[in-house]
Amino acid sequence: MLDYETLKLIWWVLVGALLMGFAITDGMDMGVGSLLPFVARNDTERRMAINTVGPHWDGNQVWLVTAGGALFAAWPMVYAAAFSGFYMAMLLVLFALFFRPVGFDYRSKIDNPTWRNAWDWGLFAGGAIPALIFGVAFGNLLQGVPFHLDELLRSHYQGSLLTALLPLLNPFALLAGVISLLMLTVHGALWLQLRAGEPVADRARTMAMVLAPTVAVLFALAGIWLWVSGDGYRIVSEPAHGSLPNPLAKEVVRAAHAWFDIYGRLPITLLAPLLGLAGPVLVSYLAKWKRPGLAFTVNALAISGIIGTAGLSLFPFILPSSLDPRSSLTVWDATSSHLTLMVMFVAVAVLLPVVLAYTVWCYAHMWGRVTAQEIEHRSHSAY
Amino acid sequence: MIDQTFVELSRWQFAATALYHFLFVPLTLGLTWLLVIMEAVYVMTGKEIYRDMVKFWGKLFGINFALGVATGLTMEFEFGTNWSYYSHYVGDVFGAPLAIEGLMAFFLESTFIGLFFLGWDKLTKRQHFAVTFLTAVGSNLSALWIHIANGWMQNPIGSVFSPETMRMEMHSFAEVFLNPVAQVKFVHTVAAGYVTASMFVLGISAWYILKGRDLPFARRSFAVAAGFGLASCLSVIVLGDESGYTLGDVQKVKLAAIEAEWTTEPAPAGFTVFGLPNQTTHQTDAALKIPYVMGLIATRSYDKPVIGLNDLEKEHEARIRSGQIAYADLTKIRSGDKSPETRAAFDANAKDIGFGLLLKQFVEDPAQATDADVKAAAASTIPKVWPLFWAFRVMVGLGFLMLLTFGAAFWLNATKKLERHRWLLWTAVIAIPAPWIACELGWFVAEFGRQPWAIGEVLPTFLATSSLTSGDLIFSLTGFIGFYTLLLIIEIYLMVKFARLGPSSLGLGRYHFERGGPSAHTVPAE
Repeated sequence: MLDYETLKLIWWVLVGALLMGFAITDGMDMGVGSLLPFVARNDTERRMAINTVGPHWDGNQVWLVTAGGALFAAWPMVYAAAFSGFYMAMLLVLFALFFRPVGFDYRSKIDNPTWRNAWDWGLFAGGAIPALIFGVAFGNLLQGVPFHLDELLRSHYQGSLLTALLPLLNPFALLAGVISLLMLTVHGALWLQLRAGEPVADRARTMAMVLAPTVAVLFALAGIWLWVSGDGYRIVSEPAHGSLPNPLAKEVVRAAHAWFDIYGRLPITLLAPLLGLAGPVLVSYLAKWKRPGLAFTVNALAISGIIGTAGLSLFPFILPSSLDPRSSLTVWDATSSHLTLMVMFVAVAVLLPVVLAYTVWCYAHMWGRVTAQEIEHRSHSAY
Repeated sequence: MIDQTFVELSRWQFAATALYHFLFVPLTLGLTWLLVIMEAVYVMTGKEIYRDMVKFWGKLFGINFALGVATGLTMEFEFGTNWSYYSHYVGDVFGAPLAIEGLMAFFLESTFIGLFFLGWDKLTKRQHFAVTFLTAVGSNLSALWIHIANGWMQNPIGSVFSPETMRMEMHSFAEVFLNPVAQVKFVHTVAAGYVTASMFVLGISAWYILKGRDLPFARRSFAVAAGFGLASCLSVIVLGDESGYTLGDVQKVKLAAIEAEWTTEPAPAGFTVFGLPNQTTHQTDAALKIPYVMGLIATRSYDKPVIGLNDLEKEHEARIRSGQIAYADLTKIRSGDKSPETRAAFDANAKDIGFGLLLKQFVEDPAQATDADVKAAAASTIPKVWPLFWAFRVMVGLGFLMLLTFGAAFWLNATKKLERHRWLLWTAVIAIPAPWIACELGWFVAEFGRQPWAIGEVLPTFLATSSLTSGDLIFSLTGFIGFYTLLLIIEIYLMVKFARLGPSSLGLGRYHFERGGPSAHTVPAE
């Protein structure tokens, strides 16, 4: 069995990998949903866009479900405190996500423009709202979240209903939300450029060319904002990393520039923000040069870079508490037991490669441009 | 100190979202296998009518599946959003099967389901069959893992409470995985899903036969559903009985409540067929009993007694008192006492810490509870009897009625007398809702019968909640019920529309509504 400290670190990497997997796969179809009203103007065009992701969106969404399950199993306290603390935001995400399975399956079952338009807006909401809110959540993690733990480790959150939701939607968090939304929209646009017929593919190309550089600019802006605002937390003293998890046993202070500590200590980590800055610029050119496949790959790296930057900046924090910094949850003190981390590590190590293998098989067999002729030919069975 | 309204609202929300979710799950669990059977015949014989059957029943499957996915998302996140102390307290054990469910089952099911719907032109016959098969395996595996999680809530083995981390921790994954409660409930539940899907296909096919349209299509579908349904219905009943036996072993309160067994009867106990359980007098009025039967079901013996609720309540009172001592020692450990003596004292009563926590509904510190508090806490360990008693009986009754229906359908179909017995065809149509009612009642018995515990004898439900307000819950509960009901109405509208259209909805040009009127009785081109 691996030692406890190593497993705790492995699980930080694995949760990050699951989130990146979610953003790269499901983010793509959420991006397509967000673009639906803008790149597809009539029913056939919309069906072209929808059917490029039709066979895959459901499998992609399991990355989100699995990331949720993995949080529960590996970081139960994070799952408990974050999901109940962000209650209203979680509801917003859930309700938006409800539109997707029904939207995809029901939309083309009835040939009525009002019916189909309604579901198209549902697919738009189901793509854009979660993409925005996930970014907002990360923005709030970077600012600290108003919760504390009592002596029995029950988490208490400040505010309810609107008084809990509105503070989440502050300017910095919204900036993070927009970055998340735009990076996934670019991802969807590149997918459409790669897989949809004309004129959808060409419109998507224009979107990617324009939006990708915006992602880089806003990402840089967020970095500057974080430096200037002085948000950040630092651990002053803590028990050994391999000891039994107890969040209340450490001392934490709020400290300006603390979120930049890791880049000084471990310069290799600068690779993540560099990917996030350079990647989108390169993506814009690749889209222009009509290399959507390569652009999609580079954008996947850029997304990983941006998520990685958030994770690395916070490290070892996962959920910093602005109300009672000591209650903050970290990679070392919010984890499951040694045995559970090990069991789950083995499960992921065995199962995830299998998942990746059959996912590739499925994409490979469904490959090909979704053209207008194909939609008309399969109008009874296609989405 | 505990806001009862808030706890009730949290429970209502979980019950509502879970019961809504389970309107869609059983059909998915079973219909996938019916699709596998139909497609296997297509692959082996090459007859197009079987492909049409897969496509048509697959269309109805899809309409149902979409809502299963939508409502299932809620379940994955609801432990964290609404049962946050639960998530902290048992996530170490409970989270693992949930995460593995995602990795092993949801990925499989969801990755291939898209190819099932949209891959007909892009895959070979065999590849598509493999896709259908893997979807079925995936959805059934998800049932396995969720029952391992749920089985642990009923019978929390393979784990131990850790005072240092203030939570339950896994000590044997194998024990959690091989939990007998999980295993019997898994097979019982998936078989119930197979019954649901069979009744669905049987009823709709019977309706086509009654209308005299698309007969070759309808008769073949009817035959598949009758055979599969009969086998599945027998399994549900046998495995349900097995489940009763396991209950007698590990969930004595639930069993006694289902049977309204207030006092311990001399073995073997009788089975109460009818009665009006009275929670205040602890008696069942107007009881009609069959001697011996319950003792046989629950203990598989003539001599072991089934312990009654009154005796169980007394046992619990003793465990609550020992839980008080455990809680006092826990407080010492939590406030920094690391001495081995305190630890040993805690360990002596550690198994009753959950019973100690029951007192938190009356006092902040269970160690300070009065004798009256202890007695009230002991009384709270007995769930309300009459809903369990009746929900169980209706479920079982429906199970036997469905068995008769499948039996008759199978027999009349095999002897080719089906069309002369229109009463049976009508019965099959009318019986369509029966399996859903039975499934929902089954879950009600399983979960309401576990009260007052979220995790059996470990964590009381009222402690398991999040720190939210009643306002939050009223808002979200209204939202869920409103949104789900709207989606359900749309789903039923589409389901009825396409079920009425029948295979004509495939647009293949060879079924009833596409060829117009009276030619309906001719055999479609194959």
